[in-house]
Amino acid sequence: MYQWDFGILWSYRWLFLNGLGVTVGFTVVIVVLGLVFGLFGAFGTLSRFRAVRLVALTFIEAFRCTPILVQLIWFYYALPILAGVEMTPITASALALSLYGGSFYSEIIRGGIISIDRGQSEAGAALGMTPGQSMRRIVLPQAIKRMIPALMNQSIIQFKNTSLVSVLAVPDLVYQSQVAAHDSYRPLETYTAVAVAYAAILIPLTILARRGEKRLAVSE
Amino acid sequence: MSDTPSKIEIRALRKSFGSNEVLKSISLDVAKGGVVALIGPSGSGKSTLLRCVNLLVAPDGGSVRVGDTRFSFGEGAKLPDVKTLAKFRATTGMVFQHFNLFPHMTTLQNVMEGPVTVRRMARADAEKLARAQLAKVGLAEKADQYPATLSGGQKQRVAIARALAMEPDVMLFDEATSALDPELVGEVLSVIQRLASEGMTMVIVTHEIAFAREVADRLIFMRDGIVVEEGPARQVIDNPQQAATRAFLSHFHRTGALPPANTAS
Repeated sequence: MYQWDFGILWSYRWLFLNGLGVTVGFTVVIVVLGLVFGLFGAFGTLSRFRAVRLVALTFIEAFRCTPILVQLIWFYYALPILAGVEMTPITASALALSLYGGSFYSEIIRGGIISIDRGQSEAGAALGMTPGQSMRRIVLPQAIKRMIPALMNQSIIQFKNTSLVSVLAVPDLVYQSQVAAHDSYRPLETYTAVAVAYAAILIPLTILARRGEKRLAVSE
Repeated sequence: MSDTPSKIEIRALRKSFGSNEVLKSISLDVAKGGVVALIGPSGSGKSTLLRCVNLLVAPDGGSVRVGDTRFSFGEGAKLPDVKTLAKFRATTGMVFQHFNLFPHMTTLQNVMEGPVTVRRMARADAEKLARAQLAKVGLAEKADQYPATLSGGQKQRVAIARALAMEPDVMLFDEATSALDPELVGEVLSVIQRLASEGMTMVIVTHEIAFAREVADRLIFMRDGIVVEEGPARQVIDNPQQAATRAFLSHFHRTGALPPANTAS
């Protein structure tokens, strides 16, 4: 029978905290950047111009339909050779994860916009609004409400996806725990603690998201 | 037509959706202060024609003039840009079958939206205007409620107030009572009737034949994208000349009490 000894992890607490800080900070960056990419992607696919739609769709499908692990490695190792762009592991992984997340956010935002009844933008147009005004005043305020639960969900996935940046030696929680596991010869305790740390952050967030969802359902 | 220039003038209007030709060279005049009712079976093109008047649907050919603004369509003619279109539509009010109120805004905010966003009116002025319009349709006390809490008839009256708040030159009604329960039709029709008596220029797509007979001065019967018969409303309804008009009108009570609600669109 295996003898658990979690006490041993205490001596690595600064390492873990450091890693956790990187993980959380990283998530904030890729969620914000991802939403920006997602917004461009969504409006791109809804553009009047065929060329813009094509570019946006290519971006979305390229990142949605390839594994994030492959994208991370590709951004770090292939881009310097192909395009001569040298990037630090942090930049490369932030970019890859943001674009990956952005491709999913795009679809959520696009879906939210087109789920609003056409009669709404028609009513705006009939009042004399430009397409931009009716998007800002009429469609988006209703669409954003519908997008929020799915955007929350995708951001939770993004938080967990940050664990992959350890392959590029970005010192996140997983990377630091690898260090701790090798050092202490206690991988079971280490990875269990890491799993608990992720869950401890995400479970309250999912509860919050679900509550928000219910409140939105009531106000519809 | 009379010697005074008409308010709305439509010439040789054509529109196809794919291979389906919905409007086949339609011409139409509405005098200033005139009320024209468009009737006809489903798919006759009457709603499309109405939507061409404020260019919510872009015609393939012909011309549309409202007041002093004229647009021509067809080969060589460039479609007007979004700013020009928006400016033009601000002068025409439209009321939809399914109300299309903005559900995230209160009744008052719905009515204020056009004046504030499109006419750039100060909020205080817009609110005063919106409250006056709501009072006009008998819903002053519903100002702070959301559309979801209103009955169909109330929603449609708010939609009329919202259109009127733009102080339009003409009003277009697209089957404004077709989605209403029968007992709610009357309250909407009476608002439209009052607008007519105030001299608003209107085009009304409707299935309420008795109402059209009362309120409209001209009536146009459409079928398969053409105008089959047109003339003074009472004359066409009481004494239709064309067999197709007679056949269509035979489905309706033409006078007296309002007909039962018609859910067909």
